[in-house]
Amino acid sequence: MDESIVDQIVSPSSQGPRAIVETERLTVQFGRQTILKVSISIPRGQTVAIIGESGCGKTMLLKSIVGLLRPTSGRVRFDGQDINLLDDQDMTAMRKRFGFVFQNAALFDSMTIHQNVEFPLKQHGVPKGKQANRLIIDRLAEVGLPSNVMPKKPAQLSGGMRKRVGLARALILEPDLLLYDEPTTGLDPIMSDIINELMLRTRKRYPVTSIIVTHDMHSARKVADRIVMLHPFSRLKPGESQVLFDDVPEMLDKTRDRRVKQFVHGEAGERLMEMLVTKNEGDLETPNLYDSIRRNETDGE
Amino acid sequence: MATDPYLHNDNLKGRIFAALGRVTNAWGGVAVQGILTLGDISLFTFQMLRWMVTARPKRETLLPNFYSVGVLSLPVVALTGTFIGMVLAIQSFHQFKSIGMETRLGAVINMSLVRELGPVLAATMLAGRVGSAMAAVIGTMRVTEQIDALISMGANPIHYLVVPRFLACVLLIPALTVMADFMGIVGGYFYSVIVLGIDHAQYLRNSRDFVGTFDLFSGVFKSFFFGAVIAIVSCYRGFHCQPGADGVGRAATAAFVQSFVMILALDIVLNLFLDAIYFAIWPSGAKLF
Repeated sequence: MDESIVDQIVSPSSQGPRAIVETERLTVQFGRQTILKVSISIPRGQTVAIIGESGCGKTMLLKSIVGLLRPTSGRVRFDGQDINLLDDQDMTAMRKRFGFVFQNAALFDSMTIHQNVEFPLKQHGVPKGKQANRLIIDRLAEVGLPSNVMPKKPAQLSGGMRKRVGLARALILEPDLLLYDEPTTGLDPIMSDIINELMLRTRKRYPVTSIIVTHDMHSARKVADRIVMLHPFSRLKPGESQVLFDDVPEMLDKTRDRRVKQFVHGEAGERLMEMLVTKNEGDLETPNLYDSIRRNETDGE
Repeated sequence: MATDPYLHNDNLKGRIFAALGRVTNAWGGVAVQGILTLGDISLFTFQMLRWMVTARPKRETLLPNFYSVGVLSLPVVALTGTFIGMVLAIQSFHQFKSIGMETRLGAVINMSLVRELGPVLAATMLAGRVGSAMAAVIGTMRVTEQIDALISMGANPIHYLVVPRFLACVLLIPALTVMADFMGIVGGYFYSVIVLGIDHAQYLRNSRDFVGTFDLFSGVFKSFFFGAVIAIVSCYRGFHCQPGADGVGRAATAAFVQSFVMILALDIVLNLFLDAIYFAIWPSGAKLF
């Protein structure tokens, strides 16, 4: 692929001086394989949903933004500062401004819910004592959890409750940037919608910028101001940007890109064929399955 | 199908060279990987030492680790020590009796315990009990993104997870070794005196005459290094855990096996070092009989 073309692609709808997060030619490679190569800019206060197939680098983008993953090349700027150039002390101070909601909550097993939510406060030394306790109770109440969950261990809570504790923990320091990694994955539809509502409420209550990595189109449409769709780098056409779609959610239905439509409507299309042919080559079962799919399609025609 | 780059000669010489090439390639790969791992462990240790001297570990991270390594290991270490002492008595009694020197059993049992078996077997026991648990806990934290969560909230995982475990092992494994030595001496004494009927006054006198302060010191000195190696290897394996239950299992197994091998290797080096010091101080050497 012509790298100069890819490098110049910056999402047009998002450029501006108010950007809180900017990635410039952010590239993540494993060995020789490029997983992510993207330039994106997110203005302060915006809620952006990053969507895309598994393996397209969504979570890597999220982790690169908070410095959990060091990119192979390119820059990540948070509030104008290149986070990969910060020393340990400055990075720790910067992390006070981030809140990360992990896919499976990532609560510390050995600690109680109270200790989990208190952890960022202790780490940054503010506030202490009764004031800290009040704050923990308030944050848990904001995500719909009573104070009697505080002495429990994470293993004693349901998946939805754990996710809400994860959200309370991310909110405890009132961060400027909230990052959600698949917040509704693995939850029932009602709990998923509760999480969506909590994300919307959080946004109303705090002046926070949010980046949500999700596969859940209902969630993305409901919560986001802007949707960015990434495509796996290895399957791009020459000269193409990894960002296939970058616009308001309403434009999703008007897009003409077949791959975006396919993802939005959850259709396997030619991907099934590609997988069966490339991954199961030589498998005795595969030709039959492959033939039957082809037969069905021919019958349909 | 993958082609073997060495298989292009049909004659015998060609095949021998092909086989040699394959072996060299395989062992070369193992050597390179070993050197890389050694370098990685060295950097990991350096980072840990840097964090240990630059930031004081927190009480809430130290206490649970001290409790887990020290208090919870006490029964198993005491039991191991007792059994070693008794087994030594059983094994040595008949040989010593055949030359009429069974009263010297105390010297042999206690010397073996404090210099070698106490420190090595206590460390081996703790590598299994403490080391594998450390690797499994840190590995699970890695797999379930808890280490990422720590970093994202401004905590350094080496300072938060490794330094307290290292301190717990380095400070408490020597203490547990002293406990294993003591229980071994008690076990050996009771078996020799009560079951085997050796005169207790002679048993104790021989023990006192032949086991010196340096012997006790050398065992405890070695156990500091054994503690350090258990903590470093186990935490390193946990940090580099592969995803899934299989990855955590492998990390726990590797932590024990590699700690054990390192304990034995270190034991040789430390014994050579301690012997050099001993003979520098007492050139006439030790005499058992």
